[in-house]
Amino acid sequence: MTAPVKGPVKGNAPSRRAFLRGTIAAGGALAGATMARAQATPDPLITEVQDWASGLGDGVDATPYGLPIEFESDVIRRNVEWLTADTISSINFTPIHALDGTITPTGCAFERHHSGAIELRKEDYRLMINGMVDQETIFTYEDLERFPRENHTYFLECAANTGMEWAGAQLNGAQFTHGMIHNMEYSGIPLRTLLEEAGLDTAGDLKDKWVYVEGADASSNGRSIPMEKALDDCLIAIKANGEALRKEHGYPVRLVVPGWEGNMWVKWIRRIEVMDGPVESREETSKYTDTLDNGISRKWTWVMDAKSVVTSPSPQMPITHGHGPLVITGMAWSGRGAITRVDVSKDGGMTWETARLAQPGEDKALTRFYLETEWNGEEMFLQSRAMDSTGYVQPTKNMLREVRGENSIYHNNCIQTWWVKPNGEAENVEVS
Amino acid sequence: MSKFRNLLIGTTLVTLAASPVMAEKLGLGRAALPEEVAAWNLDVSPDGTGLPEGSGSVLDGEEVFADNCAICHGDFAEGVDNWPKLAGGMDTLNHKDPLKTVGSYWPYLSTAFDYVHRSMPFGSAQTMSADDTYAIVAYILYSNDLVDEDFVLSKDNFLEVEMPNADGFIVDDREEAEKHFWTEPCMENCKPEPVKITMKAAVLDVTPDEED
Repeated sequence: MTAPVKGPVKGNAPSRRAFLRGTIAAGGALAGATMARAQATPDPLITEVQDWASGLGDGVDATPYGLPIEFESDVIRRNVEWLTADTISSINFTPIHALDGTITPTGCAFERHHSGAIELRKEDYRLMINGMVDQETIFTYEDLERFPRENHTYFLECAANTGMEWAGAQLNGAQFTHGMIHNMEYSGIPLRTLLEEAGLDTAGDLKDKWVYVEGADASSNGRSIPMEKALDDCLIAIKANGEALRKEHGYPVRLVVPGWEGNMWVKWIRRIEVMDGPVESREETSKYTDTLDNGISRKWTWVMDAKSVVTSPSPQMPITHGHGPLVITGMAWSGRGAITRVDVSKDGGMTWETARLAQPGEDKALTRFYLETEWNGEEMFLQSRAMDSTGYVQPTKNMLREVRGENSIYHNNCIQTWWVKPNGEAENVEVS
Repeated sequence: MSKFRNLLIGTTLVTLAASPVMAEKLGLGRAALPEEVAAWNLDVSPDGTGLPEGSGSVLDGEEVFADNCAICHGDFAEGVDNWPKLAGGMDTLNHKDPLKTVGSYWPYLSTAFDYVHRSMPFGSAQTMSADDTYAIVAYILYSNDLVDEDFVLSKDNFLEVEMPNADGFIVDDREEAEKHFWTEPCMENCKPEPVKITMKAAVLDVTPDEED
């Protein structure tokens, strides 16, 4: 049996309301308590022998490839229907509100397709390198497996993440405001290795050269990447989180472009062309360009700036445990380097305290932060502010609007505010 | 990674921990055949590189567009439902919610040819001939009032078409225009008075309902 899916997204799910009332009432009995809760009657979960403590559980092989237990069935990707015309050329959102640590479980890592997720067998996979190379070359999947490979963990953020929030607070949940992101460990071959295998002498001076990359799907999603980046840290990935890429993430081979907008991480990559200029494809002119207030648009805004968000408490993760100790947590990342510091404010940015990073920040990868605190029902305007190794400080939405206006769509890395109310519920707001 | 590297500096293990170093080519893969490159190397650049031989008229384009494109983009390229509008929106780029179409926004005509030829129609990509693609692009130009109805687009006159927003783009200038974001952050008394709520998401109530 599968449990019904009903997460507290809207802030009005009856089950959560009831739950909240119950816990607040219970909490009231121990106002100001700093010791363990008193229990009037013995807890039957302890005093009575439970089924699971007496009978037997599932045998091995009950699920040869496991899924999360049914009680976690609300921790799933979700889409916002009105955003796109259909689900084939669309996007959904990682349930970041319910996750912890830094690695995104592959099965709930967000998807973005332009012509749907295709099924391409390894045996049918071909990678072509053509253009200004010494030898135009075809690689099979087996060929790729014979090159030396590396392991790196990187975040992938869609340039449109938080894009719906430019004109004002819109979507009530971290999953929907910040869920176009995932963070995986990739195993792959440096793009540099494959380009050098095809030979770059023909290209001459590499400084003004580009690679054009495209996928095998109908959209092709072609993008132009400067040669400098291609030779720096791009990977041709064949595994993510230790296993084959999922279909929705580009099986069997995808491009990894660390720190740069997700659209460039071409899935099902089938061709790399060395060129003397950018193609100025649909995805890098009509889309993924950022229109400023004066109508002029920025192009080639590839880097994802430092950004962070509190994932709990948040609208989908209300405080349900009553007063006392509270763990505030969230995640931070930067396409320019490593996260060096995250500050948290409870009063909408008036005062800040520095949060604890679970691990030192890694280059172009997610960092988890925690702020262990005490909460006694006071209203909070929770914000987080990331800093990276270049000294960049995550700006407020108004700071971004002053430079860019409200029509940019992409690259909204503003500080997010959650209004946590005395009853523990949280709401997406903007503050003065 | 760098931490490991530092620990290992001075030991023979350092080369094992660092990226694999390729002394020379491995000789993997095979030479691509000219027919194979021709089949996939379809991209068209702003200077016209990659354009195939061919031509198409606005009038032919009207018919091809009606048969292959109008179901999503509308008979006049005005768009259906949430599907992209390809025409209109002139002079709206500095307005609230600008309408970005091939006519009002796209800086290069090559992009339209490239995309239609390679990735459209939605669900039947790579079925349009070169001539049909020229015709569709000609019709999109006509729908944007950029050419007359007797216009014929071809490889030869392709670069003569002027795109209204060709000069509407600048290269990413964040490091200059937003250099004040590289700063020492304020920690106390960062605002003149306690904050007030200026907008709530619940007011718009656009959050997807999970019950459906």
